[in-house]
Amino acid sequence: MMKFERYEWIAIAIMISLFIFVGFIQGWSVSLVILNMCIISAIMTMGVNISWGYAGVINFGVMGFLAMGGLAAVIVSYPPIREAWQVGGTGLGISLILLAMLVFAVMYINKVVIKKSSKYWINGIIIFLGIIIIRYFYLNATANIEDVNPALAGFLGGLGLPIIFSWFVGGLFAAGVAFIIGKVALGLRSDYLAIVTLGISEIVVSVLKHEEWLSRGVKNVIGLKRPVPYEIDLQNADWFINLVTYLNTSKLNNVIDINDKQELLNNLIIDGSGIFVKLSYAILFLIVMLIIFYFANKAQLSPWGRMMRAIRDNETAANAMGKDVVKQHLIIFVIGAAIVGVAGAMLVTLDGLFTPSGYRPLRFTFIIWIMVIVGGSGNNLGAIFGGFVIWFAWIEAAPLTTFIINQLTLGLEPTNALKVHLLDSVPYFRYLFMGLILLLILRYRPKGIIPERVRHS
Amino acid sequence: MIDFLNSLVVLLNFIIIPGLSYGSQLALGALGVTFVYAILRFANFAHGEIMSFGAMITILFTWFFQSQNIGLGILPTALLALPIGIIATIILCIISDKFVFQYYRHQKSVPVVLAMVSIGVMFVVNAIIRIIIGTETIKFSDGQKFIMKAKQFKVMTGLNEGLALKSSQVITIFLTIILLSFTFWFLQKTKTGKSMRAFSDNEDLALLSGINPDRVVFITWMIVGVLACVAGTLYGLDKSYKPIIYLNLVLPVFASAIVGGIGNPFGAVVGGYVIAFSEIMITYAYKKFFVYILPGPLEPSGLVQLLSTDYKFAVSFTILVIVLLIRPSGIFKGRVL
Repeated sequence: MMKFERYEWIAIAIMISLFIFVGFIQGWSVSLVILNMCIISAIMTMGVNISWGYAGVINFGVMGFLAMGGLAAVIVSYPPIREAWQVGGTGLGISLILLAMLVFAVMYINKVVIKKSSKYWINGIIIFLGIIIIRYFYLNATANIEDVNPALAGFLGGLGLPIIFSWFVGGLFAAGVAFIIGKVALGLRSDYLAIVTLGISEIVVSVLKHEEWLSRGVKNVIGLKRPVPYEIDLQNADWFINLVTYLNTSKLNNVIDINDKQELLNNLIIDGSGIFVKLSYAILFLIVMLIIFYFANKAQLSPWGRMMRAIRDNETAANAMGKDVVKQHLIIFVIGAAIVGVAGAMLVTLDGLFTPSGYRPLRFTFIIWIMVIVGGSGNNLGAIFGGFVIWFAWIEAAPLTTFIINQLTLGLEPTNALKVHLLDSVPYFRYLFMGLILLLILRYRPKGIIPERVRHS
Repeated sequence: MIDFLNSLVVLLNFIIIPGLSYGSQLALGALGVTFVYAILRFANFAHGEIMSFGAMITILFTWFFQSQNIGLGILPTALLALPIGIIATIILCIISDKFVFQYYRHQKSVPVVLAMVSIGVMFVVNAIIRIIIGTETIKFSDGQKFIMKAKQFKVMTGLNEGLALKSSQVITIFLTIILLSFTFWFLQKTKTGKSMRAFSDNEDLALLSGINPDRVVFITWMIVGVLACVAGTLYGLDKSYKPIIYLNLVLPVFASAIVGGIGNPFGAVVGGYVIAFSEIMITYAYKKFFVYILPGPLEPSGLVQLLSTDYKFAVSFTILVIVLLIRPSGIFKGRVL
């Protein structure tokens, strides 16, 4: 098992104390909400860090992979809508088979026809005709599906399994998409790979937004089942009431009046149920995070990790040593994307709803990248640290800005136009902070707060 | 014959004119991206926000002029505010270079680090824009909205189909022609332009022959500022200004630059029009067109639309991917990526 350096212990201590601090200042419920998102962010960051930090493969498609994970959560956990399957299942099946045939036809032509220019023309015509035929079946089927009870359903639904399976499936979905992207785009120079992955992630999200039969599109999917108990069930469960009573014995004993006592207990139970739910989420997420962290570290220390670093630091030399650079790039891109997909499924699990229009690159791609850069690329603990710190800053930026603005404009009247305008635009200051943090880190600590450890072995 | 003319008018009204104006906006944006790439050698993610910043300053001064009752008659007041916006954008570019990009250039950082840095700049500029002007949609075009209304055209020609010509579209195309010809004249004929091309072609050789790199970089940012501000303002004038839109616009702009051949100014312009026209042509419903041009029994029942308009945005990227697969250097030989 790995040993932490002293500064790494300090980083861990800082992360823990941040939450204890918020817990005392703003309440434990707020602290746990932030903690949950921090853990998910940390997992996303580790996913990006694996491809970027280990092998130097840039992945700006974070948003798309998160959305694929979210889709997995819907498909795994939502109860199936049989009616929709009946009216549209056959049509979709036919179009799927036709699509597969089209792909094979194109691949076959690529093999058989040798002349380059005629190959493109034939392929182009076949794809054009194929799309027209497929669209005929496909549009009929999807229109039928979307007509099934549009207010509540209007899509195929899912498998009705426990949502926790979706974390794994989300990883698989993201990996599948990443495989296709990687096949197409890896091999471009890194900053262009960034643009292409960014663009493809936009395509993925726009498909999820507009294919209503699959994901309900902009109508959103709500009410996904939780892996943890609901507050209302907890409040009526005897064991939970006993637990709360036991934990607060001294507090309750101080109250003499029996009515007051009952009221205090009720309040404690309501508060406690919220915290219990969030805590269960936190524990589940923490387990996933630690598992990924363990394996990511193992992989980094293994000969495979060493090969990845070799490829990152000198591609030509690694190639000369007989390492298949293209294949390894693809592998690590897929692995990184899969981890991001897991985080995407977890995100939807936490929210209990899937809103495709909520996936925006600023929030779900660039912030994650800031986490990676700030935390320290190539160091998994750094990635976790970056995820925690940046998400924390993202949330706490608003209260902090309000405080600063109030201090700076102390002399101004409360109705002063400038003061009102500044206080109105408090939410936008977080972007300013994020940009400044990124610029400062890149300038003065380009390897991140917890840099990659240089190993001499 | 009348049917044929009608079908032509349909194409002109719904594809060619919108395609030309959107294409011009993309071309100006892509030209800016390509300049940064050719001279400074990185992908500038902040370009969309720089465009947005220019448009914002123009809007602020448009409001100021409107409140002072200064206008251009039938032309939008924004044209009067545009030079101020351009100056502000140039200042923004120079400041961001002095305080941010210059350091990494002197460090000889790899392009991807500079791209990351530009993301930081993007965040900061984005925040400044939102803090100053908020996130609301702003319409700031005034003056005469249409040069020719659909109805006027129908009366004039006696055809069934109308042809509407927005003044913002004409201004866009007109300004683009001026700017593009000036830029290309500058690159081909002036000494500074030649030194810029030399710098882009081979930095060491250019330095050896006494070209001052700081001056080249300075001029580049000036050109980028002009192009970005004009592109951003025209886009806002045409469609209405919304700060969030520009982050999305940066992707088609990049796609145009890469499709045309990154680092190649002429390619960037062509790429802009290619992307714009394919976005519009692939998502347009051709039913009306075919109703006119085909004889009765062959008339289509559906919309005859290849992709629904929801995917307008995805089209530009699909084209980018296809171009990168088939011809990685872009249509006109840019740098091989």
